[in-house]
Amino acid sequence: MQFLIYRYNPDTDSKPYMQQYTLPEIEPGMMLLDALLKIKASLDDSLSFRRSCGEGVCGSDALNINGRNGLACITPLKSLKEPVEIRPLPGLPVIRDLVVDMTQFYQQYRAVKPYLTVHDPEPEIEYEQTPEQRDRLDGLYECILCACCSTACPSFWWNPDKFRGPAALLQAWRFLADSRDQATAERLQDLTGAYSLFRCHTIMNCVDVCPKGLNPTKAIGNIRKLMLKTQL
Amino acid sequence: MAIAKRKFDSLVIGAGGGGLRAALQLSRAEATVAVVSKVFPTRSHTVAAQGGMNAALANVLPDNWHWHMYDTVKGSDYLGDQDAIEYMCRAASHCVIELEHSGVPFSRLDNGKIYQRPFGGQSQNFGGDQAARTCAAADRTGHAILHALYQQNIRAKTHFFDEYFAVDLLKDDEGYVLGALVLDIETGEPLIIEAKTTLLATGGVGQLFRTNTNARINTGDGMAMALRAGIPVQDMEFFQFHPTGIAGKGMLITEGVRGEGGYLINKDGERFMERYAPHARDLASRDIVSRAIAIEVREGRGCGPRGDHVLLKLDHLGADVIHKRLPGIRETAITFVHVDPVDTPIPVFPTAHYTMGGIPTNRFGQVVAPLGQLVEEPVPGLYAAGECACVSVHGANRLGGNSLLDIIVFGRAAGNHIIGYLQENHYHRPLHADSVDRGMQRLARWDQQGDGESVDNLRMELQREMENHCGVFRTAEVLQDGVVKIKAIEQRLQHARIKDHSKIFNTARIEAMELENMVDLALATVISAQARQESRGAHSRVDFPERDDVHWMKHTLFFKEGYKLDYKPVRTKPLSVDSFPPQKRVY
Ligand SMILES: Cc1cc2nc3c(=O)[nH]c(=O)nc-3n(C[C@H](O)[C@H](O)[C@H](O)COP(=O)(O)OP(=O)(O)OC[C@H]3O[C@@H](n4cnc5c(N)ncnc54)[C@H](O)[C@@H]3O)c2cc1C
Ligand code: SF4
Ligand code: SF4
Ligand code: FES
Repeated sequence: MQFLIYRYNPDTDSKPYMQQYTLPEIEPGMMLLDALLKIKASLDDSLSFRRSCGEGVCGSDALNINGRNGLACITPLKSLKEPVEIRPLPGLPVIRDLVVDMTQFYQQYRAVKPYLTVHDPEPEIEYEQTPEQRDRLDGLYECILCACCSTACPSFWWNPDKFRGPAALLQAWRFLADSRDQATAERLQDLTGAYSLFRCHTIMNCVDVCPKGLNPTKAIGNIRKLMLKTQL
Repeated sequence: MAIAKRKFDSLVIGAGGGGLRAALQLSRAEATVAVVSKVFPTRSHTVAAQGGMNAALANVLPDNWHWHMYDTVKGSDYLGDQDAIEYMCRAASHCVIELEHSGVPFSRLDNGKIYQRPFGGQSQNFGGDQAARTCAAADRTGHAILHALYQQNIRAKTHFFDEYFAVDLLKDDEGYVLGALVLDIETGEPLIIEAKTTLLATGGVGQLFRTNTNARINTGDGMAMALRAGIPVQDMEFFQFHPTGIAGKGMLITEGVRGEGGYLINKDGERFMERYAPHARDLASRDIVSRAIAIEVREGRGCGPRGDHVLLKLDHLGADVIHKRLPGIRETAITFVHVDPVDTPIPVFPTAHYTMGGIPTNRFGQVVAPLGQLVEEPVPGLYAAGECACVSVHGANRLGGNSLLDIIVFGRAAGNHIIGYLQENHYHRPLHADSVDRGMQRLARWDQQGDGESVDNLRMELQREMENHCGVFRTAEVLQDGVVKIKAIEQRLQHARIKDHSKIFNTARIEAMELENMVDLALATVISAQARQESRGAHSRVDFPERDDVHWMKHTLFFKEGYKLDYKPVRTKPLSVDSFPPQKRVY
């Protein structure tokens, strides 16, 4: 199988280039991550990429695969057209090869204060939450911070320092939607202003690429609705 | 060239559940804390934990911590230390409540309380009916806990060193641990982090075996750092094989599946666990279920064209339960074996899963070793918690749901003890340059140019040898052969080379250092296993099929120097209740 992989090592390369690799043997059921590991082990140990869990739960190996963002470890090789073109996630600075600098992505995450905030004294037992209230967190808390969505979002590409991006906004909604959280007003206040929320033009790229099947666009819509409601 | 230096009150190596829980305790107490992790914190392996965390909340069925303690002691095959087990089981409920208050989205019961499911080895009333003790956030409990802890650490302003690789501990002549030498993976530059206390929370070493449920990063670095610093590792022969890894691939299918009512069948469709554990059946302890599956396959009752696995059936639970309680494992089964468990059973086989052994500690998280006269003396300034540590609450066999509990309870306990230590030790002790040299040499070693064996080939060979020589069933002969083979790999590693010598994000160098760590731990594991002439928990010797409490109710200590073994007694005296004396284990 043929692969075309983005290479760039700032130590030695003046500019990035695409390198071709061929793997003669592909076993059935192999994922793209297995192929990358095999290339690194048998052809070129200098190829750099992140990986950990190998089962789509840690969010390490998000890549741009044949033009589309996804996790290498749960992308079956047989679903891919040859040559498989693999690039780093778009829009973030490249550190080396397929490794991008995620600082801006993480900063936007931190900026939404992604932690449960309760002002009342804590009871000695759990906060009560009905199954229906808990259901509202499904589709939100599962985010693995892989950045597939934000790096597929045109608004994030143009304003990565100001627009929070789909992943961070999904988390903003995760806490707004939590019946236990008591910081709704502050959270909404933080999201007013032209950029942090309203740069989303509902292009839905984020929803298309999320490997966990989450829906940031809907979360953004929900935040907007809540804002309107509280203003009334 | 001078190496850059940073100074903190406390250094935490590892940002899984154990490290983050400790860091949170410290940051909230206004100590300065540096958390070093070779991956971004939420990519740590705790994220993969599925089924849940044990605590006797009694939200679903009657329960109390003492029953939990009994189950844990029995599950450990009487090798667990009963003071630490009592401490953990007593602290469990409070620790779960704290997590819930930190934002963990636990699944809920109709009355608004935390959902709990049955797991293996749990009983009411000291061996009676099945209990339901495992607090769950669907089948993504580890993810839910790890993210909440990271989030609260953001709030508490913990300092994070993400994608820094810890190379070695720094020590002075009096044996105080003064921090660590770490490598900034992005720039390739070394950094000295000085700290009054250092906590190792680096997780387990599941990568020792070819098929395993663990992440690629689980290479036991912290345990190997301890070994190189002259500290032994304890009870390494006890490695848990989880009964239900996806056959041939290794991804975990949580015990929660059987907790929700799923069960195992052989090629005749027989629910075979009824023969091995008439009472608890599929929810017997993991060592017992794993051996049963291995026996079914060995005796020709395995499934599939090669008869090399059994099936985990859960379609009878109905689509609703599967969607609500087990969505993650459904996704995994569909992705990796194209099986939708809503209508088709999942092929499973025992898979290397959990390191019961580790760095010896007491219940305050202090690392303890035979330094002088006593068998257990605290190593000043050094702590360990989580899967890399051995308190020991799991003894010879860990119960499902007890590891998330272990990392939270002892991460927190270590944090608290460190706070006390910092109150008495105001100043950093002087650090001498020579203590940094060893770590720098380790780094320099991989700059050697020229031809040599490939790191990846050696890694695969190591994993294969471990699987063949140190698996579910063991004999003297096979273990002896294993020791010889692993020692040969240790020799060959001296001559291995990497080709990539660049600085920036050089993952080849990281993998090479991880392999060095794994080889040390492989030796610790086979050598400890070869010595132990009995069967206990996960250590099952065909040539010594019985447990031997007279000679072997004791902890193994393995030292790197000279591959030396030593032993120390099990702490059978709990803190306040009566001891549970060893009994025959039936489920
Ligand atoms: C698939 C799976 C499912 C599980 N399910 C459950 C369950 O349902 N219930 C349960 O109780 N237990 C479960 N377990 C066990 C449990 O998840 C782990 O034992 C536990 O999460 C370990 O946590 P930890 O904090 O000790 O280490 P980890 O979460 O493994 O974290 C280790 C940390 O150390 C860092 N690190 C390691 N080496 C270095 C180095 N050299 N330099 C810098 N940083 C380093 C890593 O980056 C990481 O941050 C499961 C395990 C697996 C594999
Ligand atoms: S819907 Fe909004 S957030 Fe999602 S990709 Fe489009 S602009 Fe970005
Ligand atoms: S929302 Fe989806 S795509 Fe975006 S970071 Fe989270 S898991 Fe990844
Ligand atoms: S390696 Fe963890 S998500 Fe792919």
